[in-house]
Amino acid sequence: MRREHVVGPPTRHHPREARDYEPGRFLKEFPLHTVIREDGSADPDEVVLPDAEALRLYRWMVLNRALDERMITLQRQGRIGFYIGSIGEEATVLGTAAAMDERDWIFPCYREHGAALLRGMPLVTFVCDLFGNGGDAMKGRQMPCHEAWRPGRFTSISSPIATQVSQAMGGAWAAKLKGEEMVAITYFGEGATSAHDFHTGLNFAAVRKIPVVFVCRNNGWAISVPRERQTASETIAQKAIAYGMRGERVDGNDLLAVYAATRRARARAAAGEGPTLLECVTYRIEGHSTSDDPRAYRPAELVEPWKRKDPILRMRRYLSRRGALDDAQDAALRDEVREQIQVALKEAEAFPAKPPIETLFADVYEEPLWQQREQLAEIEAAVAADPRAANPRHSDA
Amino acid sequence: MPTMNIIQAVNDALRIEMRKDPDVVVLGEDVGKFGGVFRATQGLYDEFGADRVIDTPLAEGGIIGTAVGMALYGLKPVPEIQFADFIFPAFDQIVNEVAKYRYRSGGQYACPMVIRTPYGGGIKGGHYHSQSPEAMFIHTAGLKVVVPSNPYDAKGLLISAIRDPDPVLFFEPKRVYRAAKGDVPEGEYAEPLGKAKITRAGNQVTVMAWGSMWHEVDQAAREAAAEGYDCEVLDLRSLQPLDLETIVASVSKTGRAIVVHEAPRTCGFGAEIAALVQERCFLHLEAPVARVTGFDTPFPYTLENEYLPRAPRILKAIREVVAY
Repeated sequence: MRREHVVGPPTRHHPREARDYEPGRFLKEFPLHTVIREDGSADPDEVVLPDAEALRLYRWMVLNRALDERMITLQRQGRIGFYIGSIGEEATVLGTAAAMDERDWIFPCYREHGAALLRGMPLVTFVCDLFGNGGDAMKGRQMPCHEAWRPGRFTSISSPIATQVSQAMGGAWAAKLKGEEMVAITYFGEGATSAHDFHTGLNFAAVRKIPVVFVCRNNGWAISVPRERQTASETIAQKAIAYGMRGERVDGNDLLAVYAATRRARARAAAGEGPTLLECVTYRIEGHSTSDDPRAYRPAELVEPWKRKDPILRMRRYLSRRGALDDAQDAALRDEVREQIQVALKEAEAFPAKPPIETLFADVYEEPLWQQREQLAEIEAAVAADPRAANPRHSDA
Repeated sequence: MPTMNIIQAVNDALRIEMRKDPDVVVLGEDVGKFGGVFRATQGLYDEFGADRVIDTPLAEGGIIGTAVGMALYGLKPVPEIQFADFIFPAFDQIVNEVAKYRYRSGGQYACPMVIRTPYGGGIKGGHYHSQSPEAMFIHTAGLKVVVPSNPYDAKGLLISAIRDPDPVLFFEPKRVYRAAKGDVPEGEYAEPLGKAKITRAGNQVTVMAWGSMWHEVDQAAREAAAEGYDCEVLDLRSLQPLDLETIVASVSKTGRAIVVHEAPRTCGFGAEIAALVQERCFLHLEAPVARVTGFDTPFPYTLENEYLPRAPRILKAIREVVAY
């Protein structure tokens, strides 16, 4: 394990000649790998999924999109407080998640709801999280879109950027120490590559050959800051080189390309060859979240070309060319998905609007301390004495 | 019964728990072959190997991020932060992740770990090898905070902390790491978290401290006794959970309370104790609750003895509170 401190041969360069950054070099070294062209055609040699499986994942992408659109509408109607989705990034989210094994853990950012659902989180449970109601598995404790789903090994989402990157590495390290074959996958945006947890996560993982797939959803924007104000590196993938790990750049709007790249990264990790930084180049079609209006900082014409690269449209063309999906089947599939969401909404609305008051104090510690016990009694007494204590709208009046 | 110092007691506790539970792993900077800059993990690398006594790259945030992932996956990590002053790069992971993981996931996941770190001044360490940041973590719901003052407690409390289902910050008083010696039973024993220890019974004034400040209080109480004062001394040991019952019983009996800590006064844990005492012992109080603390300055180098609450300042407070 111990390696000598390598010095290398002496150079004939003048000591003042620092190595130049060569523009364009890394775009060539990390070419964008694509399988499905925009017109839906594909090189038959690169077809990585049987049509039935491709169709199944297409359906998940359609569901993910329909869910995002429906929930954004719900937010605008004031029925949920907030939403953050993945419109335009579905192939990245689902292609990566589907390529992992069931036993692998997912350490998400906050746009991977599709992956949570793919891992078995019931749609109604997800919707209950958005309502923060009595059916919420998170007991109403977080903003919408901060779900966790332990049965699917989908860890808990937090808002601080990149914290999950080092955690994913720690989880995979634990599995390695226990001698269990588990590869962790973690997601983050290109903005997160500026954060310290990105650095520590990748560095520790490379040093110890920890089995992790680091997925950068490079969607071009960190709220209002474009990718070129985030890093001077031409690609995100090239950052892997400095850490001593593999990097790969893939068309994030191409489900098959994303899937294939993730499979390769997973196989290497499982074989003890260490982590991979996988850059999925995609685009944030909408605002950062429902709290954001990109018209304030992003010209609409920047978005147009990306709409033509839409991952769902591309997959639909691909499946249709292969005779796996015709227009009638597609329409039926879309109706089905909309109905599925409608049913989940209805079921979610049947739960009480709030979780019981004692859940405010549970799970802070495994067992409440005297502070939580006293404070529960305090709020219960306050509400019993005057119900306005639990409803500020009454106090405002 | 062997005599140990605090370092040896910590080392003993780690060894016992690592032998007992294969999921316990130690990680941090220099903790492996070298055995830690204070030698707290000495010999563990040889006994348990590089997989369980892990030298990490130099990044506190990464150490705690790693520990979070390990804890989620089912290991029991015991990360070491080399000095409490260097814990702040990991503040986000501790406050936003470790502390909230169980709560925010609705109890689906838990993140138990013991973050060991030497704290406190009096070792000529200046700003960055002397601070006492315990209050910053007590202020975060979801964390437990333990500060032993002696080898017996260091071992018994560390064993409890490692077995605890919640994350624990374990602050070790480095000024008395080697100076505080005592009898420590061989083998395993657990001192419960959340129990203060009455180290001196008295009726006139309750003086409370934890960690290295307990030694100053003990000395002040002895000197006060020579002057005829009758102090009750509490070693709080566990600040979260806090043994409020013992504090309230003691102050209700004595009618006077002094809190001593070396962290700065403003928003120090003494402020919380003073508030609790006035809420719960108001009618018993004969004098305002006094605080003898570090000052509201960065931790100094040359004037560290002036900064630290030494026994004479505590003795002065005892006289004043009794005379009030």
